[in-house]
Amino acid sequence: MLTLNLNGVAREVDADPDMPLLWVIRDRLDMTGTKYGCGIAQCGACTVHMDGQPVRSCQTRIGDVGEAKITTIEGVEGKVADAVKAAWRGLDVVQCGYCQSGQIMSAIGLLTENPKPSDADIDGAMDGNVCRCGTYQRIRAAIHEAARSLA
Amino acid sequence: MLKLDLTHAPVPSRRAFLTGAAAGAVLLAFRLDLKGARAAEASDALSKGPAQPNAFVRIAADDTVTVMIKHLDMGQGNTTGLTTILADELDADWSQMRVAFAPADAKLYANLLMGPVQGTGGSTAIANSWFQLRKAGAAARAMLVVAAAETWGVPAGEITVAKGVISHKSGKQARFGEFAEAAAAKPVPQEPRLKTPAEWTLIGGRVPRIDSVAKTDGTAIYSLDIRRPGQVTALVAHPPRFGATVKSVDAEAAQGLPGVVGIVTIPTGVAVIARDTWSAMKAREALKITWDESAAETRSSDAILAEYRETAKTSGLVASQAGDADAGIKGAAKVLEAEFSFPYLAHAAMEPLNATIERAADGSYDVYAGCQIQTIEQAVVAATLGVTTDKVRLHTQWAGGSFGRRATPGADYFAEAAAIVKAWDGKAPVHLVWTREDDMTAGFYRPQVYHTVKAGLNEKGQITGWRHAMVGKSIMIGSPFEAMLVKNGIDSTTVEGASDTPYALPAYRFEVHNAREGVPVLWWRSVGHTHTAHVMEVFIDELAHAAGADPVAYRLSLLTRAPRLSGVLRLAAERAGWGGKSSEKGRGLGVAVHESFGSYVAMVADVTAADSNVRVNRIVAAVDVGVAVNPDVVRAQVEGAVGFALSAVLRNRITLKDGVVQERNFDSYQPTRISEMPRVEVHIVPSEVAPTGIGEPGVPVLAPAIANAVFAATGQRVRSLPLDLSGLRGA
Repeated sequence: MLTLNLNGVAREVDADPDMPLLWVIRDRLDMTGTKYGCGIAQCGACTVHMDGQPVRSCQTRIGDVGEAKITTIEGVEGKVADAVKAAWRGLDVVQCGYCQSGQIMSAIGLLTENPKPSDADIDGAMDGNVCRCGTYQRIRAAIHEAARSLA
Repeated sequence: MLKLDLTHAPVPSRRAFLTGAAAGAVLLAFRLDLKGARAAEASDALSKGPAQPNAFVRIAADDTVTVMIKHLDMGQGNTTGLTTILADELDADWSQMRVAFAPADAKLYANLLMGPVQGTGGSTAIANSWFQLRKAGAAARAMLVVAAAETWGVPAGEITVAKGVISHKSGKQARFGEFAEAAAAKPVPQEPRLKTPAEWTLIGGRVPRIDSVAKTDGTAIYSLDIRRPGQVTALVAHPPRFGATVKSVDAEAAQGLPGVVGIVTIPTGVAVIARDTWSAMKAREALKITWDESAAETRSSDAILAEYRETAKTSGLVASQAGDADAGIKGAAKVLEAEFSFPYLAHAAMEPLNATIERAADGSYDVYAGCQIQTIEQAVVAATLGVTTDKVRLHTQWAGGSFGRRATPGADYFAEAAAIVKAWDGKAPVHLVWTREDDMTAGFYRPQVYHTVKAGLNEKGQITGWRHAMVGKSIMIGSPFEAMLVKNGIDSTTVEGASDTPYALPAYRFEVHNAREGVPVLWWRSVGHTHTAHVMEVFIDELAHAAGADPVAYRLSLLTRAPRLSGVLRLAAERAGWGGKSSEKGRGLGVAVHESFGSYVAMVADVTAADSNVRVNRIVAAVDVGVAVNPDVVRAQVEGAVGFALSAVLRNRITLKDGVVQERNFDSYQPTRISEMPRVEVHIVPSEVAPTGIGEPGVPVLAPAIANAVFAATGQRVRSLPLDLSGLRGA
């Protein structure tokens, strides 16, 4: 039995230590906001925060999480998270929306570290998050908008 | 194989429908039922609700208005668009609007452009619903007014409705919820008055997308997020080559692994059923399967393409012709010839294919998926499970993209899920999940296609004749849509956008060859236009240059009878600063214009090309979709079309080596990334013509605009896709 600190709540999980965090969250704890896209850290749909840092949950063994605080789209909060979600909504970034949990988690990570990112900074932080609908122009605009609202 | 006879289906032609001539058909389908009015946002609850699910609008006592969405929203935003149409005529306030996906019911929810079929495709959601939902909204409004008039004892004509509030000059006011029940008992007006464009309050304006909040806080439920009590996950080991079947299975090692609850052989492979996805993945790896490949496709994609090249030299089926193309070319002052090839492409939607099927206690079934052709999916599941269609309830979920993949004419993955349920005797709700690798390697691709084209020019640079041949596997032959979309062996989805070219050609002959092969093919966002528009627009560009003419002016001279195409072409050119000279070396502008699905799009690409690389700096698009119900959604679809199609222009291809697909995931089939995304500007032509779609029409023009810009920048022609830039000289 492992104990997972998920969105501020201790959750008991009976899982093989090799099981990726993604599948523990989705299949064992039935929290489905975090998405499966590729399973090989190529798309970023499964991005969650581990102690505040964006990580790919498909490549994170549950056995390696230990006492780290895991935050998913359902639990992420604070003024950066609020600003990012508001910007995403204000600009109607989403299309199919399937990748957007991961995009938002990456964007919150970026703005937490770097409150005023340049386009190049955005490319660097967000290039690992695929959006097949091609909403990138609005993702970029929404990150700038969130940065402005936080300034 | 499912047989669905669509031969005698009443199919209103698109043109007839859009001009209103088929209003009778619209009215027949128009039903309104407020009796079941109640707060219900989930299609699950609605489908089990009152015995009249045949309604587009439900007004609840709590004042929410739920629009029944008969289409799949895979990102194109039709839930917002369809709701806008209805809410405007209803004079509702946007904040009270809700959506629910309609159950499978072709009598009520057929796509009026697909005959008797409920389904989403061909960029038709808004187009086929335009009158239907306006009438539904207007009738509901009229019924509310009658109910209010009776209660208040005032003439109905004195009542006004605005932003969800019903008012009388006496000061009486009410919200919709108050009269919902009374209104439901009123007769349905058959010809409610529809608003004039000047009266629209929501159509053409800006409303927030109805799905923005749920898709930014993790609460939107996609098909992959379905969790039924006791649900298990199934993964299928598919054969490595198309057409192979299971010869024998050694499941002993897999059977003993943790979490595994069943292993069954089904027509498409071997299914591992487990407690969770991870356990199913591990167990699938442990299966030892021997495949019977006697009927399998074992050729490489290169070898298949080489066969196309030979085939193109022979006579094909004539898709269209006029005059004597050969004589026109023979007498020409100048003759140009070119060949173009296009690879197989995977749809690679972000949400891999999946579906959940649950058997109810009474032996009926509930299906949860990103249902895209409900009528066929329901029929296929029913046939596979040996029940009648009324025993199969579909619950359409938000879909994480599709790009055509979820709309398989044979409902392939639904059939697979049903086969597992059947083989495993429905012991628990089964969630069939395709991993990314399954999604990419197990088939249904945009067909590989090969074109040859030859044209003559006279001394003035005018076209004298055009010969064109296309080779590829037909999408529709052998599908339930064959009778509708294939005539005399010509599959309209192969030749659309070429054989019906709007360019005024004095003599032409378009031929098509239907290739026979084992690779499963399917429509891919904008279907035949993905290749035909590219060939037409790149070759016209070549002819313009050969004629010494400006590419925009040259096109306009051939489009004198196509005012809407000319309109978008002029607009895009003007906004892009066409005609100006870039002082930057290796930088150039390219243009393309095309009609697809009744919508008109022109794009000007600004690229920098050098050293085997192309950078797309900016795309300026102009679109004419008739009434833009939600201009911001229209812009988003065109921006997205650029982001979606760019990777297919630059690098994507599905290749087969001895029949085995080589690209397995996003590492070898790289989608466009944010760092590559050009700035996209979208200009919308103001219009009061009934709306057409925009889910697909942004795609076809991107590749030729870029290819033509590469020529402008470097003087080198690149034709086939993905663009081979290896020969590009440094600038």
